[in-house]
Amino acid sequence: MSGVLVWIGVGVLGGTGALLRFLLDGTVSRATAARFPSGTLAVNVSGALVLGVLSGIDLDGDALLLAGTALVGAYTTFSTWMLESHRAAEEGRFGVLAANVAGSLALGLLAVLAGRAIGGLW
Amino acid sequence: MPQPRSSSPDPRLLLAVFAGGALGALARAGLVEGFPHDPASWPWVTFLVNVLGAALLGWAVTRLQERLPVSTYPRPFLGTGVCGGLTTFSTMQLEIVRMADAGAWGLAIGYAAASVAAGLTAMTLATNLVRRARLRP
Repeated sequence: MSGVLVWIGVGVLGGTGALLRFLLDGTVSRATAARFPSGTLAVNVSGALVLGVLSGIDLDGDALLLAGTALVGAYTTFSTWMLESHRAAEEGRFGVLAANVAGSLALGLLAVLAGRAIGGLW
Repeated sequence: MPQPRSSSPDPRLLLAVFAGGALGALARAGLVEGFPHDPASWPWVTFLVNVLGAALLGWAVTRLQERLPVSTYPRPFLGTGVCGGLTTFSTMQLEIVRMADAGAWGLAIGYAAASVAAGLTAMTLATNLVRRARLRP
């Protein structure tokens, strides 16, 4: 694949990842109580699972750049995770802060490991 | 972050998220390709885009929500799109697992802790900067 096409693909897949995040976050946030930022958690853990699968099937080169770095990378978010943790702390909801930080890290790491195990079956 | 309820999403809103996400992802992917790193070393690119993206999101959200009149598209474009696309949770998690694979447990724990600490600090500084500016006559 030529260089220009790959980078057009990075832009399109990055935009698609952000759009999927926006839609899933909205759906999950509306379906659950607003006290915990469950939408971002659902996005980040599912994205970590998919990136684990891509790692498990040993994707590399342009395929990894497009599917992993662009699509899954843009689908998951660090900034909103930090924003929601920070705002929870500002409102004195330190339980939410601790659960969101530690829970996202723990579930994210488990999701990567589970994804790699699934990808390794191929 | 929760979005307003809507039965049929505004196509311009979706376009704003898509365009911002494309720009953020291009910037991050360009840096990732430009500065490859060894799995057992500090992932500077991911670390820096995450912390800078958190600062940018803190600045944008505080400014748009608390300072400027209610607007429709800047928040989805800048916040959900650019900052969301620029920063990444999944890559960070995979990097931590790969550090552990390489036996670099201290690096893995330090990277996770430093990312969260720097991300929260960046968010706090950016938020306070906007709020302090608002109080000036």
